[in-house]
Amino acid sequence: MKLTTHFVALCGPARYTLLLATLSLPLAAQTVAITGGTIFPVSGPKIAHGTVLIKDGKITTVGVNIAVPSGATVVDATGKWVTPGLIHASSNSGLAVAELGGFRESSVNGEVNPSFNPREAIDPAAISIPISRTGGVTTGILLPGGGFLPGQAVAVDLWGDRIEKMIAKPSVALLLDLSSGSKDAGGGSRAGTLARIRHLFADAVELSRRGADYKKAQIQPLSAPAAELEALLPALRGMIPVLISAEKQTDIENAVRLAKEFKLKIVVIGGTEAWKAAPALAAAGVPVVVGPLRDIPNFDGLGARLDNVTLLAQAGVKVIIMVTNDGGGERNLRYSAGNAVRNGMTWDQALRAITLTPAEAFGLGDRYGTLEAGKVANVVIWSGDPFEFSSKAEKVFIRGQETSLRTRENELRDRYRKLPVEY
Amino acid sequence: MKRLTTLACFGILSAACAGAGAQTPPAQTPTPAVKPAETKAEMKFTDTTSIDRPQYTSTYKRRPFPPVVIKNATIMTATGAEIKGGAILFQDGKIVAIGQDVAVPTGAMVVDGTGKYVTPGLIDTHSHLGVYAAPGTQAESDGNEATNPVTAEVWAEHSIWPQDPQIPLAIAGGVTTMQVLPGSANLIGGRSIVVRLVPARTVQEMKFSGAPYGVKMACGENPKRVYQNRGPSTRMGNMAGYRAAFIQADEYRRRWDKWLKDRMGDPPGRNLRDETLADVLRGKILVHNHCYRADEMAQMLDLAKEFGFKIQSFHHGVEAYKIADLLATAGTAASVWSDWGGFKMEAYDEVVENAALVTQAGARAIIHTDSPDGIQRMNQDAAKAMYAGNNAGIPVTRDQALRWVTANPAWALGIDHLTGTLEAGKMADVVIWSGDPFSIYSKAEKVFNEGWLVFDRSDPKRQYKTDFNLGQTEPGVGR
Repeated sequence: MKLTTHFVALCGPARYTLLLATLSLPLAAQTVAITGGTIFPVSGPKIAHGTVLIKDGKITTVGVNIAVPSGATVVDATGKWVTPGLIHASSNSGLAVAELGGFRESSVNGEVNPSFNPREAIDPAAISIPISRTGGVTTGILLPGGGFLPGQAVAVDLWGDRIEKMIAKPSVALLLDLSSGSKDAGGGSRAGTLARIRHLFADAVELSRRGADYKKAQIQPLSAPAAELEALLPALRGMIPVLISAEKQTDIENAVRLAKEFKLKIVVIGGTEAWKAAPALAAAGVPVVVGPLRDIPNFDGLGARLDNVTLLAQAGVKVIIMVTNDGGGERNLRYSAGNAVRNGMTWDQALRAITLTPAEAFGLGDRYGTLEAGKVANVVIWSGDPFEFSSKAEKVFIRGQETSLRTRENELRDRYRKLPVEY
Repeated sequence: MKRLTTLACFGILSAACAGAGAQTPPAQTPTPAVKPAETKAEMKFTDTTSIDRPQYTSTYKRRPFPPVVIKNATIMTATGAEIKGGAILFQDGKIVAIGQDVAVPTGAMVVDGTGKYVTPGLIDTHSHLGVYAAPGTQAESDGNEATNPVTAEVWAEHSIWPQDPQIPLAIAGGVTTMQVLPGSANLIGGRSIVVRLVPARTVQEMKFSGAPYGVKMACGENPKRVYQNRGPSTRMGNMAGYRAAFIQADEYRRRWDKWLKDRMGDPPGRNLRDETLADVLRGKILVHNHCYRADEMAQMLDLAKEFGFKIQSFHHGVEAYKIADLLATAGTAASVWSDWGGFKMEAYDEVVENAALVTQAGARAIIHTDSPDGIQRMNQDAAKAMYAGNNAGIPVTRDQALRWVTANPAWALGIDHLTGTLEAGKMADVVIWSGDPFSIYSKAEKVFNEGWLVFDRSDPKRQYKTDFNLGQTEPGVGR
């Protein structure tokens, strides 16, 4: 058994530094061979009657006519569809007791919280986690919310009894809200919001250059506490993307301009009118996280339409699909993708939009998002087309481990199968 | 359940019905029925009270359209049959024939249905389209008269904005009829209204002739949260509130019934709140009750017994599966989602097999939406719930699942004698789907509302845009 433990300094300023061990491999070494299924590796064309070999939590081989090592656990997937675990780019799994209002822990008070990261609030026992797995979702990008700089996002695998086991990457993006929701942060106009973010970015750069002067109080007053400005630096240095909420075409294009101005790596989230900004997004290589069911017009997105993702994909924009406008929650990520196909996206594009594209956008592309040798063994075996209601996730492997798909819902269902119930 | 349409309009009320066109006589008369002989002969306009005059009558008119024949399609009737390679004929707003083949009248529009599926128009028992209209500013927030725990006096139809751009999106999802309700802030939120999803300048032009009114009641968390400072602030406070309202309404009903019998002297004072509840007690207005928890639904069934009315359907019955046997006995339907849950404490025990378990227990399950998003994909929600049941060993047939979004909601709205199934004589509310409606890839291609082609995915001219859409939004439908 090989156990790799690495320690990561999670936050910028020393006084906030926290050490969390992340276990990138499972505790139990084992070899699993998933045989006979139709494999959709995402990195290449589908493979009929293929085999996926998993060892020590990683994929070691994907292909046909693969010899199964002795001692391997063989999972017969004949007639099944095998895909990478799905990645939800707008997750709340583990940050709330179910989705219950009042128990959410993804936001803190105030407007400027770039140092905030919700990862220590994750509850590995949250009942929403296995429910998400039943939809084949194995990895979530947990987003902070609230305010105009809500904080940092963390990537987690949806399995494990401790936070350390779940974390895939402790900080994957800095969030910035440029939608109408943060007009007030700019004094009532989105132009004011942009001016404010420029001021904050400039101050962060100034502070990093003149740290000594700051300590001697020989610097102009800063637009935010030093610790918050310092937390902007990983994004300003291009180490993590800025995940920018924007719905209107103007806001999306302002995001692209801001990225150019400050040499930021950005990802747009929301993107109701992204189809109108497709040329700018494609040219700048900016990925967009979109809920493909969003089609109801409002003044932050009069151009809402069901084929938004289709038009984006056709224009060469990197599309990531998330769940919105669906009370069934994250487990329905596959149905968001299926509806994207219903409205014109190709099936392959839709699968990529919930696997490899989000992995790449959040700096996980080397470890997640495809079925390829060397990748983390997050694998789902489906009874059929994963986007169809008639199909279900039959087995879900996370880091090579088969996970339980038993949920609290199942317990309730089984108790009340026969009425009147006998307690 | 007493069929509301048996209460025909008569006497001077017939004037109120005339505008409804050549429909089944409407039962949307909110007032106590007046005996014809006494009124027509004896009363002059100046002698009448407001209750004897027209009461916000429907001006809906069926749009003329040539006869339609759909051939070689899979016809899903919602009556048990699924006819492969079948055909259907409808004419003058009515279904004429269904079978392997049908005669083609002259001038008929003939649709080749090869590979396509035909179902009844979908019906949503729970919508707030028009009362919570897009673009969703505070100015369109017209669904909750949250000024008093009991506002039985308000009518949802007086809030509906027919130019809500969400309406054409729902039409593109194959929905032909919906009930629009007040919100759930109040114990008794007001009257609901059944409307057809058709382009209209006024809500009167959408009102479903022949549909009874409903009343919206709400259990649980919402009323006690909204009124926590003035009460009710507890579930027992909620119950006391319903009881007080019906006790008062029963006195009102007795006063009015006595006066209506002999019409002697001055009529009693008119009180809109009591008038609506009195019609609930008379069985003329159907009760639609937002109620999540099993134990609360059982309390509400007892409340109904105390006052002698019936609850037509619980809505958002997330825990209906726990008391499905009680629902079957009471003859009360459960309008549910497939998989919404966890968003508040009373929704904590959601299970995707809810509709399947309710059906298995012999009660009437309905898939409803309460959502401008969900109403665009009711077929998908039914599919999800059907497959969830089947996967868990709770068998649900395709016909049963189709009934969750057609025949059963029609029953809950008191219009099942008019629509909700594909049968000769029923209204031609018909949807042609590109494929199996239980597949995620299928779309409604053509939607007929009483025989009129209200939506055609292949014809931009048949994709209605509201005034709000014009000049500022992309169509958003038909894509």
